[in-house]
Amino acid sequence: MGSMKLLDTPLKQAHLSLGARMVPFAGWNMPLHYGPGIIKEHRHTREGASLFDTCHMGEFRVFGTGAAALLDGLLARAVSDQAIGSCRYNFLLTEEGGVRDDLLVYRLGTEEFYLVVNAATRGADADWLQQKIHPAVSLSDESSRTAKLDLQGPRSAEILMGLGFGQERLPRYYQWCRIELIGEQILLSRTGYTGELGYEFYLPWEKATVLWEHLLKEEGVQAAGLGARDTLRLEMGFPLYGHELDIDTTPLEAGFDSLISGDHRSFVGSRCLERPPRKRLVGLLLQGRRAARRQDPVRTLDGRAVGKVTSGSYAPSLDRAVALAYIVGEKKPELGTALLVGGAAKPLEAVVTGLPFYGGGAAKGPGQGEADS
Amino acid sequence: MKFYSKEHEWVEITGGVATIGISSYAANELGDVTFVELPETGTQFEQGEAMLVVESVKAAEDVFAPVSGKVIEVNEELVDNPEIVNESPEEEGWFCRLEGADEAELDNLMVHEDYRQYIEEVLATNEEEGDEEDDDEG
Repeated sequence: MGSMKLLDTPLKQAHLSLGARMVPFAGWNMPLHYGPGIIKEHRHTREGASLFDTCHMGEFRVFGTGAAALLDGLLARAVSDQAIGSCRYNFLLTEEGGVRDDLLVYRLGTEEFYLVVNAATRGADADWLQQKIHPAVSLSDESSRTAKLDLQGPRSAEILMGLGFGQERLPRYYQWCRIELIGEQILLSRTGYTGELGYEFYLPWEKATVLWEHLLKEEGVQAAGLGARDTLRLEMGFPLYGHELDIDTTPLEAGFDSLISGDHRSFVGSRCLERPPRKRLVGLLLQGRRAARRQDPVRTLDGRAVGKVTSGSYAPSLDRAVALAYIVGEKKPELGTALLVGGAAKPLEAVVTGLPFYGGGAAKGPGQGEADS
Repeated sequence: MKFYSKEHEWVEITGGVATIGISSYAANELGDVTFVELPETGTQFEQGEAMLVVESVKAAEDVFAPVSGKVIEVNEELVDNPEIVNESPEEEGWFCRLEGADEAELDNLMVHEDYRQYIEEVLATNEEEGDEEDDDEG
């Protein structure tokens, strides 16, 4: 990126008028937080409903005869057994099994899929997929004309119902549907990155501001920035590409063994399943509010270096600091293991903890059942 | 009367005791403060020396002693309520008090009006150069 000009989402003016503090993120000029600040925006998402600008994310449509079979060979989890109308968390891997990207796959039709990828990896993903694609299948990179907004928080469903959508019109957990709102066809999925009940909206780029204003007008909806998005996902133990996931890390090492090791398929990167993990991702609960930071060394109590922090922050819902870290070796340290994080002079005490750190999220509830995660 | 450093600390000396904090501008730049590592009482600091760490959700920043002196009191309220630094950075959100401050050192600092101009220059420079790159990729 360096001195490259930052890209703006269609909501730049809307952010500025809300007093957003803008920061560069993955080549985009994005709101870090608004007037209330990260902690208040975080809490509002856990208690009410927050609106996030996620227009920086990439969207590809893959379609044509053989699309399902092709993607089965390119993705770490199968798509051919995915129901039309469902979403599935998935990975693009290198031949060695390193993570090129983590993504959400929507099955739009028998041979039509929607792939939602990270902003920083969008270009490389598209190039790589184009090379692998055969003539009967097309990949259309719709990122530059597709806006994306996330409405997240326990009150999200009632806010959509207040806009005239009966419960039966709303998608269930990890499902999508098309709705008409602000006079537009919008793809709506019950997915998100916060651990809360919530929805993601995909619509034409030039309609983003209209939907943004329309949703913010609803009582109880507040804008939230990337800062809160990051603390919310960290409390859930969700990985962030470039932190917990990268080309040198397999999904097994990142803790997704149960998602991909079961079905004995062959796909690009499937050889990582034959190899023991070299490191394991763990959750660390720190003793106080003081945070560990990315790249901080992790040591045993007797001073042996065993790993590195990939994300760390004060966790507003827990009122103490948490971190995600890779610990070298095939086996995860046991829950409850005490470790030291940070500089040798003044390390912070931490304990290996199960994920998620925060167990109060309402993503899967209430009473709408789990569809296909 | 408050004096300000280029690193955005303020100091006010009354009766030979220097009270120290960070400016409203600095508190706003940091965002939500989540932790303040207060210095030990009795520690001697020289002007410009790192004396404590203030953490926000996104970052940890050193705070430098705007004048020399020995710590005689710290603001214990900040241990459980670090958000006071955001709510009242230049009053209730003070960090510590030093004794033995040399008023001659104030010559190296700015009065409020000069500090205000300094901030404007900083902001103008940032505008020209663009903000620092974030290293996040996701």
